[in-house]
Order: sequence, then C-alpha cells, then structure tokens
Amino acid sequence: MAGFTQERLGTLNAAYARCIDNDEVEAWPAFFEERCLYVVNTAENHAAGMEAGVIYADSRAMLQDRVSALRDANVYERHRYRHIVGLPFVLGIQDGEASVETPFLVVRIMRDGATEVFASGRYLDRVVEGADGQLRFAQRLAICDSRNIDTLLAIPL
Amino acid sequence: MSSSDTQEPRTWEPGLTRVPYWLYRDQAIHDAEQRRVFQGPTWNYLCLEAEIAEPGAYRTTFVGDMPVIVARDEDGELQAFENRCAHRGALIALDDGGKTRDFACVYHAWRYDLQGNLRGVAFQQGVNGKGGMPADFRMEDHHPRKLRTASVAGMVFGSLDEDVPPIEEYLGDEILERIERVLCKPVEVIGRFKQTIPNNWKLYMENVKDSYHASLLHVFFTTFNINRLSQKGGVIVSETGAHHVSYSKVSHQPQPNAEYSAEKLRSDKEGYALADPSMLDGCDEFGDGVTLQILSVFPGFVLAQIQNTLAVRQILPDGLDRTVLNWTYLGFQDDTPELRRMRLKQSNLTGPAGFVSMEDGAVGGFVQRGIAASRDREAVLEMGGGGIETQENRTTEASVRGFWNAYRGYMEI
Repeated sequence: MAGFTQERLGTLNAAYARCIDNDEVEAWPAFFEERCLYVVNTAENHAAGMEAGVIYADSRAMLQDRVSALRDANVYERHRYRHIVGLPFVLGIQDGEASVETPFLVVRIMRDGATEVFASGRYLDRVVEGADGQLRFAQRLAICDSRNIDTLLAIPL
Repeated sequence: MSSSDTQEPRTWEPGLTRVPYWLYRDQAIHDAEQRRVFQGPTWNYLCLEAEIAEPGAYRTTFVGDMPVIVARDEDGELQAFENRCAHRGALIALDDGGKTRDFACVYHAWRYDLQGNLRGVAFQQGVNGKGGMPADFRMEDHHPRKLRTASVAGMVFGSLDEDVPPIEEYLGDEILERIERVLCKPVEVIGRFKQTIPNNWKLYMENVKDSYHASLLHVFFTTFNINRLSQKGGVIVSETGAHHVSYSKVSHQPQPNAEYSAEKLRSDKEGYALADPSMLDGCDEFGDGVTLQILSVFPGFVLAQIQNTLAVRQILPDGLDRTVLNWTYLGFQDDTPELRRMRLKQSNLTGPAGFVSMEDGAVGGFVQRGIAASRDREAVLEMGGGGIETQENRTTEASVRGFWNAYRGYMEI
C-alpha cells in the first residue's frame, strides 16, 4: 500500500475535477465506492448536524442515476463548471481510511458567457484504497460556504 | 416624440385568462405590491414554532422587503415586529436567530424587549447633566411596526394589517385540513437552503400553482419509466383563488415496460430504469395514498409533500427580476432512523437540485428574458377554461387564475 500521500490525494482530486469540468460525468460515479455517501450541503446545516442535502446519494448507483437524469431527464440551460481544488489536508488515518478536508471553488460558465463564482466550500472526504490500488471516496461531503444556490444545481460539485 | 411614446403601457383588461407582461417588470407595481399585498390584509409565513420553541428564542425573517424579527416572549407568546430600530432605522438583530433576553441595536444601543417595545435609550439623561433626550421624550411613542401573529399547525404567520381576517378564515377549511394532514405532529428542521432565481416572484408563484406543467417540464418520472398509470389527483382552489392544493396519488414503482411512449415527451426510452430505485421505497406515512401534495398560501408560501420529503418554502421578491426561495426541509421528531434516511434520500426529488423540481428554478428566468421586449403583450391562461373552481384533474390553470383573482383584489387593479 502506497499510503495516502499528498501526491496521490492531489491526483485523485485533479482527476475528479477534470472529469466534471470536461463534461465526462459518466465517469464520475467511478470515483466512489459502491457503498458510499455523497452529499451537497451547507456549512451552517452541517455544523448544526442537519443532514438533508440538495443532493444525497448513499450508493454509486444513485450517482449513476444523477448522471442519467442530468443527461436525459432534467432540463436546464447549457453550462459548465471550472473546479479549482486546493490542497488536501489529511485529518487522520484510521482502519485503512483517510479523513481528508479539501477546499474547492467552482466557477459556473453559462451559455451566454456569464461567468461567476457558483460555489465555494470544502470537501469532507473519507478516502479508501480499493483492491485494484485505486483511491476512491467512501464519503465525499461537498460542504458549501454559502447557503445560497443560484438558479439551480444540476451538475454535481 | 409624443408623450405617448414615453408613457409605459399599464393596461389590463378585466378577467383572468390574460396576464400582461408589464406586471412582471414594473417598479410601480413592485412598490404597490409591498404595500397592498405583503403589508396588506394577508398572512405571511415567518418561521416554524419549532424554530422558536423556548422563551427568548427568535428568528429573523421577512415580509416582502420588510425585515422582521419573530420571537417567543417570556410568557411563551409569539411576537413579531419590524427589524428596524425606531431611532435611525438600522437592523436590530443581525443573526438568523438565537436566544436572547432582549435586543440592542448596535448603532446607538437602543434596547427592545421581546415584544418589540423600546426599553432603553442610551444616555437618555445625557452625560454629566449635558445632552440627552428632551424631557418629553416618551419611549412608548417609539417602536418598530408590530405584526399580528398566528400559528397554524406549528407554522407562524404574521400580518401588518390590523383588519386581516383570522388565519383560519383566511385559509378556509379545505386548505387548513390539507396543512394539518401533513404537519400532523411535532416537526424537526433537517436542512435549510436558500435559492435565488432570476425572475419576478409572481412567475414563481404561478409555477407553483401550475399543475398543467408538472408532467411536461419535469420528466424525471416518465424518463425512468416510473409509472403513473394509477394517477389520480386534482386541484383544490380556495374561494377567492388565493390559495391552492394540487395533489396526486401515484404509485411510483419502477415499471420498465410501462406504456408511456404514447405521450411523445422527451422521455420514452425503452427499458430505461433507475440503477438504484431504493429512493422510491417510501411509505404511505399519512395513510391516504397521496404521494404528492403541493399547497400554496397567498402571497408567498408553499408547503410541499413529495412522497416522504416535507419542505416549506418562503417566497420573497428581491427586486423586479429576482426572487429568493427559503427552503426548510422537515422531518418529524418521532421519525424512525429508517424513515429519516428515506427523507434524506428522497430530498433528491425536490429543492434546487431536485430531480422533479430543478427546472422550476430556471423556467421563470426563461419567461423573464423572453418577455424583455413585450410589456404590452399578454400570457394566455385558458387551460381548463376561465374559472378558478376546484377540479378533479390537473390539466388546468384554474389555480394560476386563482392567484390573479386574489392579486387583482388586493391590488385593486
């Protein structure tokens, strides 16, 4: 086991951001364990122990359903994200699982060119190494600094 | 250029089947709405009783543009008053909520009790015998505007109008029953979100009341072949049209071979199904088979039950072409861990990222932008006729017309 080095965690995050921002979200669920937790919530709710997210998925299959809905069901004006992901900070490692906190900034680029900061926050992750040697998220909570969501949130953070 | 070239058109023929677009982009209308609708003889949602359960607990909220403090006083009574210091107009409370014995304006430390009465003026007698307020200054003559408050099924409403009817009368029995159907026991807040949408507030309220658009704009259920064959539902419109309930009884079970392609919606993919349908394993917790109930109270409140997700929405205008939605997601205090988990999973259906609601965040903006050059043109609202009566089907715009009937009444327009 190569361990949860800064380099490996940084690469994991770089690949994750690249997947979403390059519009390859079909590959997004593969960053997660089959049993996982992905939630988009606010810092206020999280601090208060309020668990309801605007997105809440407890399986990789639910993430696949998010992607399918994004592609085939939901209606929204064309837009893209640009993730800027900061340095992962390892909070601790226990039982082969790293607790990691990583800041993010997501810029949203609309069809008409309007470009604005859509979300900032931190990922609260539990990262594990699979049998294939790949790091994956057992948990990724996208905790947004702001309580506000402009218009809608279609593409995952 | 004649004077008629510079006059903005502001005409609206009697009736409810046409809505002129200038209504959504007019500063004079916005200002009149504040006075006649939000501060008029209406009831506005303020917060939940559960959020101010203890004496001294308060929340800051809004009635239209007006910042408001709602508090529970020492006697356990609900109090609400404008969040504006009677001295220079600064906000009295700066936090979203908390617990306090009194409120002190940060600007000059004028102090208010939990009823909004002025209780202290800093240096009222001056310093060293100099300065201070005139001898005839009476604190009783100065206080922020106070609201009447009323509680319905644990929700706190407020009104600026002295002559507003009692809330039970304002809502009517049918609406009241449908509120009590959902909020039937003590609730717990499980999340709060704010969503800012790029359109006039009335476009959002119309969208909420528009049962016609539901299966056309929101195609999540049909795309994934989650059946709606047993769909029964209808629309209840209150007497003046101000409030509404849209409901349906749908068995949302995956039906891979459902005959749904006949509607030729954007959906109809053969064999398309959810990879993880566990989100739909909800239970009939109210025991009546109603899986969707959207309820609105004029002017800006929504209570929604979508399967096991429960949420209230406060709708606030933010200028002419922006609207703030304050979402509060709820569970019951006696939720089993399994039911709570189901609510969390089903929260995917609703809200700013909801599978069956995210479009509502954007569609109002599509109208707002579409009508940019059409002040003098009109929207058409003829689906289901021209009336505002309760109907046992949802392909109707009756409750949208109801909104306009109530609006015209309050606005005298």
